[in-house]
Amino acid sequence: MAENEGSSLLEMRGITKYFPGAKALDHVDFELNRGEILAVIGENGAGKSTLVKVLGGIHLPEMGAIRLNGQDVVIDSVQTATKLGISFVHQELNLSDNLDIATNVFLGREPREKNFLRLIDRKKLYRDTEEILQHIDMNYSPRLLVHDLTIGGQQMIEIAKALSIKAQILIMDEPTSSLSRGETEQLFKVIQELKLQGVSIIYISHRLGEVKEVADRVMVLRDGRVSGHLGKEEISHEKMVKLMVGRDIEKFYHHEHEASKKPVFEVRDFIVAEHPKERINFTVHEGEIVVLAGLVGAGRTELAHALFGIVKPLGGQILLDDRPIVINSPQDAMRAGIILVPEDRKLHGLIMEMAVETNITLASLDRYQKMKMIQFEEVRTVANEMVQKLDVRLRSIDQLVESLSGGNQQKVVLAKWLCLNPRVLLLDEPTRGIDVVAKEEIYRLMERLASQGVAILVISSEMLEVLGIADRILVMHDGRISGELSKEQFSEEAVVHLATGGK
Amino acid sequence: MKRIAGIAVLLVVVMLITTLIDTTFIKGYNIMNIMRWSGLFGILSLGEAFPVMTAGIDLSVGSISGLIGALSANFIRMRGMPIALALVICFGLAILMGYIHGLLVTKIRMQPFVVTLCGLFIYRGMARFTMQDVTQGYGNAFLGLKFLAHGRVPAAFWPAGQAPRVIQDWSLPMPFIIIVIVGIILAVFLNRTVYGRYILALGRNERAARFSGINTDRMTIVAYMISSTCAGLAGILFSLDLNTVQPSTAGNMYELYAIAGCVVGGVSLKGGEGNIMGVIIGTAIVRVLYNAINILGIATTLEFGVVGLVILIGVGADEVIKSLTARRRIAEVRSAHGSGGAASSGTT
Repeated sequence: MAENEGSSLLEMRGITKYFPGAKALDHVDFELNRGEILAVIGENGAGKSTLVKVLGGIHLPEMGAIRLNGQDVVIDSVQTATKLGISFVHQELNLSDNLDIATNVFLGREPREKNFLRLIDRKKLYRDTEEILQHIDMNYSPRLLVHDLTIGGQQMIEIAKALSIKAQILIMDEPTSSLSRGETEQLFKVIQELKLQGVSIIYISHRLGEVKEVADRVMVLRDGRVSGHLGKEEISHEKMVKLMVGRDIEKFYHHEHEASKKPVFEVRDFIVAEHPKERINFTVHEGEIVVLAGLVGAGRTELAHALFGIVKPLGGQILLDDRPIVINSPQDAMRAGIILVPEDRKLHGLIMEMAVETNITLASLDRYQKMKMIQFEEVRTVANEMVQKLDVRLRSIDQLVESLSGGNQQKVVLAKWLCLNPRVLLLDEPTRGIDVVAKEEIYRLMERLASQGVAILVISSEMLEVLGIADRILVMHDGRISGELSKEQFSEEAVVHLATGGK
Repeated sequence: MKRIAGIAVLLVVVMLITTLIDTTFIKGYNIMNIMRWSGLFGILSLGEAFPVMTAGIDLSVGSISGLIGALSANFIRMRGMPIALALVICFGLAILMGYIHGLLVTKIRMQPFVVTLCGLFIYRGMARFTMQDVTQGYGNAFLGLKFLAHGRVPAAFWPAGQAPRVIQDWSLPMPFIIIVIVGIILAVFLNRTVYGRYILALGRNERAARFSGINTDRMTIVAYMISSTCAGLAGILFSLDLNTVQPSTAGNMYELYAIAGCVVGGVSLKGGEGNIMGVIIGTAIVRVLYNAINILGIATTLEFGVVGLVILIGVGADEVIKSLTARRRIAEVRSAHGSGGAASSGTT
């Protein structure tokens, strides 16, 4: 890359950025060639998002220089970045789902009529959008409401939006985090096409398998500094992990617990509102980790919500230790010793603008009262204990949760629930969007709980995780359990086969 | 805490400026008057704070206080009802109104603004219709009851007019004592019981609170009941204080004063944030402003303008200070890192 300075499209030198209480980027140098797919990886808090946000004009760096096409540029706003042909597809979807595709694609940059009224040129708007959609192999009408698209479809609209400014650099921050395998493959196809057209792509992801598949080059960040580059041939899972954490992770998954044959959590003829025709039956035994695999949208989260009493099931029975129980609300579930660690940390798991202490003790708060008064000393003791137990990295338990990194936030969610000493633990995508080290810690925690006899049901879409942690795999497809795999039957093909509706 | 200190400073500054221009402001009689009004309006603001903390709002408190105030006078004087019975009915009605608001907000999922806006109209209509727009009052009797609004402690422990001059001047008005009691009860509820934390938690993120096993519907209903109960109490005290209650106008616009008190007092309309002391001081600031306008002889036509402007400046300054402190923290980190790698935490 360095030998051919002429083709270098973008150069960033000595980029340094401070945040309250932290140095987010420390003299980061990198370059990007025309038509190159550069993957940027690193643990949470390593500075990946900050770096691309500097490039996208969202953050202004305290130090450093940016050269684009050999010219020095200052990117001080999103508008400037857009003008320079730098486009950003964010991790979270930023679409107005009440409006149609074309309106979303050209939002804020609508083509106008050339008369004095300057009304929106609707004809051009829809024609241009249609062109872009064809460009990325999407055969949707530009008049379709975004609301009616799948998550994968909405992600493609984000990309269409980025392309509509004729981007030469496309930044994608975790674009596949909510996509199914099929949608991911379609996205990769589009990425390859864009590459052929000379668009350079910066691709941020936690999914190392995807990085290996898609990237021409990998840049690894650690603690706000570049810890290494890997060329196409050098990219391997081990090398990436080593650069990310600065050490070898010998064994990702440790299996120490022994599942017993004693059924703890039995679900019989359970009917979830979203799939009224299907009856769900399964059992989790004492000290067993059962993984519920399947594609996004298979109905796994809905099932978990119904089991926890967030929404009412249409029918069925739940047995806990052979005794039937009734769950009409989360309170009922918690009383029975069943807890759910929800998928969406920000929406369901945490109150981001509140203190770590408040969050950890929120679900168990009524245990720390005497004569209806909260015993604050006890609350603080419990919170501190949980922080130590789960090794949450923070300055103080009075810190706001939003100031923690993703992995530590997830540990706070777990801490909140483990205060309750559950009998049955439902985990919905417990390691989504967190770094490898935090992942490993969470796996170890699950091991520990299983060896204490907790029955654990994990919803997971990450194949390595599914195969690595499970004692038994249940696969869901279209609202029903399409198959069950015992340890000897574990294989990626078997899971994919069942998840996609194969018999 | 910092926040309360900030608005306390604002209160002192407004009082100081007024005193410097005209010293009659600081006379015992005037200060006690302000405390009485702050007490009456403060009870409304304290109640209002709870729906606001759940990220809702209660626009009906003015109408509730008008209706309950008029009804209490009507029951006790016109209908000759025993005082205790009348009060039970009045408070029962107020609590019921809040309960209905809460039910509509949680079970029917209506927007708090709409529910309580309709309440604002309906209760006003009920007051006018049931009492046929006839002004209500207690006449010259019921001195015991009126003590709640007019009484002054400790001057009341002496026979009428025989207390020493200083005590007469500096005796605390009953509404102020009532708001201290109400304030302590609500502060304990908000800060020391699990319910207070539940209300703040659900105000910030209702779904996360529900996933944490909190009965968010019930806590929201409780918040609206606190609001309407406080409005009922304030309405009765207002009616005793003024002794004339016009069903068509009593309590008009009071919901906006209540919200103003909350906003100045640091209760975020986003929900999940608020404290009792701040709301009381916030209300006091608004009352002091009114009083200052009077004393300084500023045209009363300017009243609203001045009050609005001061609130705007106060709340605006608060936001500016917040973003400035955030920026200063960044600068600190920068200089700490910049001074040769070793992070020295001792920089200013």
